[in-house]
Amino acid sequence: MKDLDPLVFFYVFREMLGPLLWLLPLLALLGIAGFVYVLMRDGGLVSRRLVISEVVGFFGGFAALALMAWVTLSGFSDAGGPVDWLLVGVIWGVGVIGGAVLSYAVLGLFDRSHAKQGY
Amino acid sequence: MTDIPSKLSRRDLMKLSGLGAAALTLPVAAAKPAQAAEKIKTNARIVIIGAGAAGLAAASHLSQRLEGAAIILIDRRKAHYYQPGFTLVAAGLKPESYVTTATADYVRNGVELIEEQAAEIDPDGNKVVTDKGRVVPYDYLIVAAGLHLDYAAIEGMEVDKIGKDGLGGVYASPAAAVATAKAMFEFAEKGGVGLFGRPATEMKCAGAPLKYTFIVDDYLRRSGARGKSEIIYAAQNKTLFSVPIVSEKVRMLFRDRGVKVAYDRVMTAIDLSRKVATFKTPDGVEEIKYDFTNVVPPMRAPDVVRNSPLPWRTGQWATEGWMDVDRGSLRHKRYPNVFGVGDIAGVPKGKTAASVKWQAPVAVDHLIASIEGKTSDAVYTGYTSCPLITQLGRAMLVEFDYENNLTPSFPGVIAPLEELWITWVMKTMALKPTYIAMLRGHA
Repeated sequence: MKDLDPLVFFYVFREMLGPLLWLLPLLALLGIAGFVYVLMRDGGLVSRRLVISEVVGFFGGFAALALMAWVTLSGFSDAGGPVDWLLVGVIWGVGVIGGAVLSYAVLGLFDRSHAKQGY
Repeated sequence: MTDIPSKLSRRDLMKLSGLGAAALTLPVAAAKPAQAAEKIKTNARIVIIGAGAAGLAAASHLSQRLEGAAIILIDRRKAHYYQPGFTLVAAGLKPESYVTTATADYVRNGVELIEEQAAEIDPDGNKVVTDKGRVVPYDYLIVAAGLHLDYAAIEGMEVDKIGKDGLGGVYASPAAAVATAKAMFEFAEKGGVGLFGRPATEMKCAGAPLKYTFIVDDYLRRSGARGKSEIIYAAQNKTLFSVPIVSEKVRMLFRDRGVKVAYDRVMTAIDLSRKVATFKTPDGVEEIKYDFTNVVPPMRAPDVVRNSPLPWRTGQWATEGWMDVDRGSLRHKRYPNVFGVGDIAGVPKGKTAASVKWQAPVAVDHLIASIEGKTSDAVYTGYTSCPLITQLGRAMLVEFDYENNLTPSFPGVIAPLEELWITWVMKTMALKPTYIAMLRGHA
């Protein structure tokens, strides 16, 4: 069988996601950049904000699963084997981390009360 | 492709795909664009009959690799059908628009589309004649004429009755798939006898009749009518699938779901008003009454190929009219400047979109090698794949080759004969984008 080239995957994802192919990584980058900025500005994690963002992330995981269920006309309850549970975990995990990082960054940008003096 | 310096094996890449979109974009950034490869200059005239999956994919590959060639597609139909989606439409999960687009959307710049039907092939005179009488000469010919659904071979069958009185017909057209869903849902509410099966001829996607049987079984269970229903699968011979290990797995699943299998039954007639189908059996004729049925007709080559010198000369494939091509290169055995790709190819396996994905680049590689006066070592191994839906939300990823070997793309990760959600996720999310990328010559 002939080898595939990596571009195939780029084209498949482009057909699948359309403009989202660029918007989703952009959103992820913005979230990470915002998180890092807030972290440096505050000189560390703000525990109260972290707790809130973890709660948001927790629900973000379920939102990610709900999105997959909507797109695939099925749901994690259809999981039938180990790889399915792994997939459920990965989807949930992406939702948790994405939700937590993004919400921490957004909360931090609006809340300057913890900013380090003189920073 | 050989012109990409950064290569990974197909399996490596398939494994990578499990890591998600973010990981996959990394190797992309490192890869050179395909356009950077030097094109081969030629004034060859290449005619492609049929602008379905195989014809469009072949045209796109040719236009990517050649400069100056005349690439001419001949097809009268303006609509393009994404046929792997028909089952999801007939399952009521996707709308008709999911499977219907325009052929012109996938015709690359530099490819000419003649919106007429090929009526005659003259491989001795190197020309094709269309239904409008236009003569189209060629240096190389790719026949991607698809196949003909021979509903007329089933006595009493009327395609325009699909959707009424428990008559289903998933393949006939996107509209017929929608009508089939309507009839299926009416049946699923009430219950009764569901009759399924497949023809004795070669057919496109031999997994599709099985999938639909599983889907209807699931809907009956969901509506609570399975207990008062009977599902019968009429197999055309003594197997349920041409690959023995898959056939055995399906037999076990049918046993688990309570699907009764009637082997050696080939539908020859149907009485739509009495709701009775007639089958040819080794012991004579048998009638089976149904409340809902999915008629899958015999399939054969379209007349333009059957009436040409291109089909096999002996055996069942001669009767059905499939092209006599070498199974590794897809080059015609008697006319070396003619290739057969897709459903029309008389090869043991693979009338599926997945086959086309692997066939088209091989045929094109051999064609271009001929233009250059070289030979190609590209081989089509018979690879095809079938996400075999076994219930709503789960499917088995069945991949195999000419030799009935299983050829899993994700060994150790996605077991080929397991009913999994991940396979369903791939079917519903990734298959159509991959198919569209294939039409554009990108996959």
